[in-house]
Amino acid sequence: MDTFAALSQGLTIALQPINLLFAFVGVMLGTAVGVLPGIGPALTVALLLPITFKLDPAGSLIMFAGIYYGGMYGGSTASILLNTPGESSSIVTALEGNKMARAGRGGPALATAAIGSFVAGTIATIGLALVAPTVVDIAISFGPEDYFALMVLAFTTVSAAFGSSVTRGLTSLFLGLALGLIGIDLQSGQARLSFGIPDLLDGVEVTTLAVALFAIGETLSVAAAGARADEIIEPVKGSVFMTREDWKRSWKPWIRGTFLGFPIGAMPAGGAEIPTFLSYALEKRLCRKPDEFGNGAIEGVAGPEAANNAAAAGVLVPLLTLGLPTSATAAIMLAGFQQYGLNPGPLLFVTNPDLVWGLIASLFIANGMLLILNLPLVGLWVRLLAIPRPWLYGGILVFATLGTLGANPSLVELGMLLIFGLLGYVLRRYDYPIAPVVVGLILGPLSEQQLRRALAISVGDPLALFQSPIALTLYALSALALFGPLLFFLLTGRKAPVGADED
Amino acid sequence: MTQILRGALVAAALAAFAPMGAAHAEIKDLKIIAPAAPGGGWDQTARSIQQALQSDKLVSNVQVVNVPGAGGTIGLAQFVNANKGDPNTLIVGGYVMVGAIITNKSPVNLSQVTPIARLTGEYEAIAVPANSPIKSLADLVAALKADPQKVSWAGGSAGGTDHITAGLFAKAVGVDPTKVNYIAFSGGGESLASLLGGKVTAGIASLSEYDSQAKAGKLRVLGVSSAQRLPEAPDVPTFKEAGIDVEIQNWRMIAAAPGITPEQKKEISETIEKMVKSKAWTELLAQKGWANTYLSGSAFDAQLAKDISATQTILKDIGLAQ
Repeated sequence: MDTFAALSQGLTIALQPINLLFAFVGVMLGTAVGVLPGIGPALTVALLLPITFKLDPAGSLIMFAGIYYGGMYGGSTASILLNTPGESSSIVTALEGNKMARAGRGGPALATAAIGSFVAGTIATIGLALVAPTVVDIAISFGPEDYFALMVLAFTTVSAAFGSSVTRGLTSLFLGLALGLIGIDLQSGQARLSFGIPDLLDGVEVTTLAVALFAIGETLSVAAAGARADEIIEPVKGSVFMTREDWKRSWKPWIRGTFLGFPIGAMPAGGAEIPTFLSYALEKRLCRKPDEFGNGAIEGVAGPEAANNAAAAGVLVPLLTLGLPTSATAAIMLAGFQQYGLNPGPLLFVTNPDLVWGLIASLFIANGMLLILNLPLVGLWVRLLAIPRPWLYGGILVFATLGTLGANPSLVELGMLLIFGLLGYVLRRYDYPIAPVVVGLILGPLSEQQLRRALAISVGDPLALFQSPIALTLYALSALALFGPLLFFLLTGRKAPVGADED
Repeated sequence: MTQILRGALVAAALAAFAPMGAAHAEIKDLKIIAPAAPGGGWDQTARSIQQALQSDKLVSNVQVVNVPGAGGTIGLAQFVNANKGDPNTLIVGGYVMVGAIITNKSPVNLSQVTPIARLTGEYEAIAVPANSPIKSLADLVAALKADPQKVSWAGGSAGGTDHITAGLFAKAVGVDPTKVNYIAFSGGGESLASLLGGKVTAGIASLSEYDSQAKAGKLRVLGVSSAQRLPEAPDVPTFKEAGIDVEIQNWRMIAAAPGITPEQKKEISETIEKMVKSKAWTELLAQKGWANTYLSGSAFDAQLAKDISATQTILKDIGLAQ
């Protein structure tokens, strides 16, 4: 069947009133759980699975897709307004987004996140419909050595992008890398740095660390500053919606974010975090006002938000074409498919075309629905910031604690939240950047595992790391990111222009 | 807001699924701890039990609680410490827990719970990419004997069922199990991808994980770890047929709290037995592709003890435990 005919067939299924209702329920639930830190789309779908058992497969899968996309939207709202990233893929959004929100630009930040997510979700879903089989072949050809090279690229670009002082940035990064070592080592099964505490065997949860460093740490420093704090949070300054200039500064990051997010999301070990880091670093490089980065640059919200939504669609590529679940939510959706006796895999497009195309079509619908739901809410959301400061921060504390406990009801987890919160305060007090700690925790274990797998497969021969063309290309890009500006300086005798692209 | 929404939804669902059963149910409330994150095998087992118990009105209200972490040992520790003598809380567990308790040096172990029954099992399969020069188990054994380091195996986390199976396999063909080049992956998706991409020599996982790829002609399943050939893959020989004396089952069980009375144990065992015989349970197993390997009472206790000591030995042989 021709793709477009199949897709329009899918649209007629997804547009049935009852399926529209399922999509609506899904996006509402998804947005709500996305806002709460800790409770994510994976848990929600798991809770709903036994309930939806008796419903018709198309309807419930459409609802799950709505929850999945909705969770991505909700995560960015909490990041921007409250500095509490609900999902690890919206951590980067908090960096610039929350700064914008405090400067009275919460409206444009939420809007660029919503529209960016819509644009990225739509393009990536088109990608899913048209090129899924090709993309998946490329994604599968990534071996551990190539993933390691990808991580090296992420490290080099990210360390170039965060913070003003290299020493301080690296200190924070190594702190995160050290935290990443805690827990059972996957390759040897042995516990590291767990000090006999069973709860530490699984390592430090990324969202716990992020919420603690961002939200709790900040609450503590606001409380410590007391009346001396001169910063005033303004709920709205200027337009509540995006201005002409905001549009102009947003559309390119949306597109670039999409093209980073979709392919990396489609890789079995890619995930949604790495493309957000890469997008942030790229936008900082290309931005014409780089000094705005760190103080609320809209590009730093637009790019990473587009990247994480595109990655969410990318994750569906291996799920639908190969039956490979590469994220927690995808694993549960796979269980959902199996509940109806469907086996995602190479044959799903052939055996159940109605369902697959109905699902893809409903992703478009969920995306549109989310935009329509979220844009009018922007005005309402930013009112949250008008809450008097003691109440707002008190609320953030309660919210962060509840979210963490909701995800894992354990005293050790709560203790970690508070200790990392103190750490966040100390880092802020002595002017160390926060984000590299989280980046280290995410990238450290990933890169270590990939490096060790690559070396184990080659029986210890380090040359194997440099034998694949994919890896070599990625190393070349890393070298360019590290030494590019220096070379430019040496060759021309002046500093590299930032934001070299012209309209 | 979300809480209310979720609460309302769950309440609505419970109302829809357990309507007039309350009067007939023998046990009113039951909490099942799934010592894993949502989506995995134990979580699905717990939720299947929930569904079967409720739809047959054996228990009117069943709640599943996820306590993830460290191969189930965190959930187990919490269960043993907090639910002593509590007949209304059960825990799901399985073979993976046996290994995790040993490698994590867990402070609690399975002798501290009251095992009720083994419920389901999945058998392990070894597969290679379709274009691999290895065509049969005999080829794999030859390659392994020539140089065990050159044969890389993709599977789940170190010390899990996949790793143990690889170790037993090597030992059975006379290869030093510490020499097995085992590459651990955290999720089934990633290890399958490395196999499909031809990055590793062979893969080892539950048969169900390879089934659809094998049917699509992308993988070749060389053998399975069951005693007889399996109905879902009748063409695949068992390890035993190829002369490799390894039989292993990744089983899942349900256990009750320590310190319950013999009467309470009997009541729980009877309820579970009724559930196992129900149509709802049979249908759920068929849907998930799990074999019914129900075993209860002293037979299960004996099997459990045997599994624990065999696992201890092989983990020592692989070098993961002292």
